[in-house]
Amino acid sequence: MISDRPAGTGVIIVTLLLAALLEVIPLPASIDWVRPEWMLLVLVYWVLSLPHRIGVLWGFFVGLYHDVLVGTTLGQWGLATALGAFVMLAAYKRMRVFTALQQCAVVFLLVGTVSLLAFLVQESVGRTLYPPYTILYSSVTSALLWRPVCAALRWVQLRFLVR
Amino acid sequence: MVAPAKPSYRLIIALVLAVVMMVLDQRTPWAAPVRHALGYLTAPIHYLAHLPVDSGEWLSEQTQSRGTLLDENRRLQRQALILEQKVQRLAVLEAENVRLRELLNSSADLDANVLVAEIIGVDPDPNRQEIVINKGAGDNVSRGQAVLDSQGLIGQVVDAGPLSSRVLLITDASHAMSVQVNRNGVRAVLAGVGQSSGLKLLYVPDTADIQEGDLLVSTGLGQLYPRGYPVASVTSVNHQAGTPFAHIAARPTAQLDRASHVLLVQPTQTPVRAPTPAEADNDQ
Repeated sequence: MISDRPAGTGVIIVTLLLAALLEVIPLPASIDWVRPEWMLLVLVYWVLSLPHRIGVLWGFFVGLYHDVLVGTTLGQWGLATALGAFVMLAAYKRMRVFTALQQCAVVFLLVGTVSLLAFLVQESVGRTLYPPYTILYSSVTSALLWRPVCAALRWVQLRFLVR
Repeated sequence: MVAPAKPSYRLIIALVLAVVMMVLDQRTPWAAPVRHALGYLTAPIHYLAHLPVDSGEWLSEQTQSRGTLLDENRRLQRQALILEQKVQRLAVLEAENVRLRELLNSSADLDANVLVAEIIGVDPDPNRQEIVINKGAGDNVSRGQAVLDSQGLIGQVVDAGPLSSRVLLITDASHAMSVQVNRNGVRAVLAGVGQSSGLKLLYVPDTADIQEGDLLVSTGLGQLYPRGYPVASVTSVNHQAGTPFAHIAARPTAQLDRASHVLLVQPTQTPVRAPTPAEADNDQ
């Protein structure tokens, strides 16, 4: 019998740190617009596959880490990502039976909503320059990359027996 | 088995924590320890992201031909000779300047210490113009320090983490500083527009004597930037009838999007206070 004792927390953290690396890796300025929200994508995967372990507080701390990494107001991404994790916790059963296209649509809406929340906070401290529709670009690429990210993390999960 | 706390309670806790942190971060310095502690975990990511650039440079250094190195060596020697000649004159001028300033009873300019740092990251958010450098609070970097490259001012340290620091560039849309025209001393406020090559002068009357090509240098007003470093050169001056101020665009003299190393200016001592008029009268 397979025990349901949690295992592989380190693997989850490493995947999140790899996502953090992708968030700050230097790219040409024109591609910066479409840089997907890597950390959010990875977090969403772990929430969907381990909803009993990875939830709102993980979302909050991942967001807080994101804040320090990119130098935004502390709590800006913390708030947004915690809310994103909450929404995924509420919807994980449905997400599991959705088709690939439906999943991508949900990820698009989720990334868009979370980024919009972060944008609102950034706007309120006066650090935005471009109009809010610019977050649509990264939401679209995040949705397009959802399936590949999902497949890669599924492999990691099976390979390292994360549960 | 104990039933786990409902996600909605956790969400409320997280939201309250986030809002409290945002307010503390914006209004007080009390959130700094959290940022500092997390800085130990985020700095390695920045270093790692910079690794491909570093190793690429190392590789091209290792594989350069002897001829190229000799050429470079010759070029650098010539450059050093020219710079040495300029420095000879500088020493005399500096001494003369100090004497004249003493005659005028004004405070002396102090030589500042500099610390060399490498740029290891650029902010991925197009809304902000910030860079990450590889020196932190451990190297005595502190918030508010001025950052230069070999050509001019780059910006200021806005967050000194334990191992790395964030620098706000002068081109950020939320940045403004006091400058003066080197030619005639006209003062103005230089603000960023959010693009790496764009700056503008704010609230300059149409009659002000500012021309295309003028060099703008820092004034030291505001106590943040050292006085007399080049900041930008004026690229266009537009007088439009019907608008109260002239539209003046400038370009930073520093290579903001190309520099790989920067200098951090460290104020060594508190500057000498200028004498009050009463003290100046007593001296005479």
